[in-house]
Amino acid sequence: MTGSPLIEVEDLSIDLDDGSRRVPAAEGISFRIDRGETFGLVGESGCGKSITALALIGLLRPPLSVSGGVIRFEGREIQRLSAAAQRSLRGNRIAMIFQEPMTALNPVSPVGRQIAEMFVLHKGKSWREANQLAVESLASVRVPAPERRVKDYPHQLSGGMRQRVMIAIALACGPDLLIADEPTTALDVTVQAEIIELMRNLCAERGTAILMISHDLGLVANVCRRVAVMYAGRIVEERSSADIFRAPSHPYTQGLVDSLPRLGSRAALGRSRLKEIAGVVPAITNFPDGCRFNPRCAQATDICRTAAPKTDLLDAGGLVRCHHHA
Amino acid sequence: MKLRANLVIGGSLFALAIIVGLLAPWLAHTDPVMDANLMNAEEPPSWTWWFGTDGQGRDIYSRVVYGARISLTVGIVSQLINSIIGVGLGLSAGYFGGWWDDVVNALTNLMLAIPSLIFALAIMAVLGPGLTSLLIALGLTNWSFTCRLARASALSLRNQGYVQAATVLGYGDLRIMITQLLPNMLGPIVVIGTLGMGSAVLSEAALSFLGLGVRPPFPSWGSMLSEARDQITTAPWLSVFPGLAIFLTVLGLNLLGDGLRDILDPQSRSRRT
Repeated sequence: MTGSPLIEVEDLSIDLDDGSRRVPAAEGISFRIDRGETFGLVGESGCGKSITALALIGLLRPPLSVSGGVIRFEGREIQRLSAAAQRSLRGNRIAMIFQEPMTALNPVSPVGRQIAEMFVLHKGKSWREANQLAVESLASVRVPAPERRVKDYPHQLSGGMRQRVMIAIALACGPDLLIADEPTTALDVTVQAEIIELMRNLCAERGTAILMISHDLGLVANVCRRVAVMYAGRIVEERSSADIFRAPSHPYTQGLVDSLPRLGSRAALGRSRLKEIAGVVPAITNFPDGCRFNPRCAQATDICRTAAPKTDLLDAGGLVRCHHHA
Repeated sequence: MKLRANLVIGGSLFALAIIVGLLAPWLAHTDPVMDANLMNAEEPPSWTWWFGTDGQGRDIYSRVVYGARISLTVGIVSQLINSIIGVGLGLSAGYFGGWWDDVVNALTNLMLAIPSLIFALAIMAVLGPGLTSLLIALGLTNWSFTCRLARASALSLRNQGYVQAATVLGYGDLRIMITQLLPNMLGPIVVIGTLGMGSAVLSEAALSFLGLGVRPPFPSWGSMLSEARDQITTAPWLSVFPGLAIFLTVLGLNLLGDGLRDILDPQSRSRRT
């Protein structure tokens, strides 16, 4: 990792304030994404990955708030920017794709207009120019007959087509960073592969960095060069995608990797059970002391129950947060 | 597309009322105010006097035709004022929430607690009778339902994926309200607005009947009813025809509102194309 990063998160903490008390929903989150890089954030539901993304674009709303740490976009602290400056970053320099392409488009507005609006809003184009650019955008996400499709309403399009439209909207202004929050969870597996391929190719062509958020380790590793694994509000391991499968270091990551069915393995053929991680994710109000994974960890010792582990650099490259890492 | 009966009938009645109002100078047989002739007083309906004449010999048909102008102007303009106030307050209250929402809610409850006709009466008493004060009085007193509706819609729409997506894409508050929230709540707002027009026509009639609306001798359906009150047994045509005009216009507006509600559902849009 050299040069100045596109976005840099340092020791970010996010609190959940339910009125009577504050509980940390995420803490000690640090990572950086360089220009054109692909970075994945993986974790179970409620581990804090989506709120981390919302914090990046300055959109955390009560009861959630940033309680500490710094987010720098091209060296500027996002939290210190004015509301107007933050708004001009959103959609223009930092764009986002959502999980639900069904609901992320305005149902009463033709899709072409929704794409065109981005050019009007951020690039100061006239509606005439913007409409032309919308057709081109739609063509670039490989929607057939784009000049006719721009007039369609979202409910006239299939799920895959809608997600293509979302990608067209997100990439309309040529952002530097695309945040994709579970972009294919709501889609069929076959469509999923197409959409991921499309997103990856378009971003590679334009030098757009991707922050991909998913619970699907396999998918993220497929798209991203580096992956961070989150557990209960902390990043427990950050590695290159290749390393994380070959030699996962944190016991939680090891558990995740072991729990994936592999083609041709005994488990996939039904001859043995898939491995699982014993226990359940702790509730946000009830995180255990020390390492938050300790109640479920086979390697846990006394220190794991009392002291939170520090982040260690691995010899092979990457970071891990465990007292007993391999 | 299957034409809906209520839309067609309602639309036709409303369109008819508007056309009659617009073409009044050509449709009317006589001047509604000036052509009084005591020789023709209280003629029952006939080929010469379609709707009969009143105690001063004025042609009721011509007066009803001209009355459409006033009734429709009051109905449309005052409801437009109501819709703008209601949508403006309700939409912003639902979207922003917080103290502004509390203020708007309190105002709405206040308006709902006071019978709107009584409130309109009070405003008329201050402003004095006349068309302009009628428009103001009715325009300021019937926005609470629109406001409630707009607020409720904004509250539920605010959490829709596309509204959050718009925030993420860098839309400002005003742009979100206008491009994302407003078009999505327009259906019910238009329906309420159309129904409100009907009740504004009725309120105009009521206020004019009480002598606070349009002043005689200018014809409005309400003031005609008011003048006909004493002769209802001897010359029933004096009240029947203005009453019928009110009835048909309000019926048309209500049917139109119902019909619009059916087709303004965005899901049905593709079925038509």
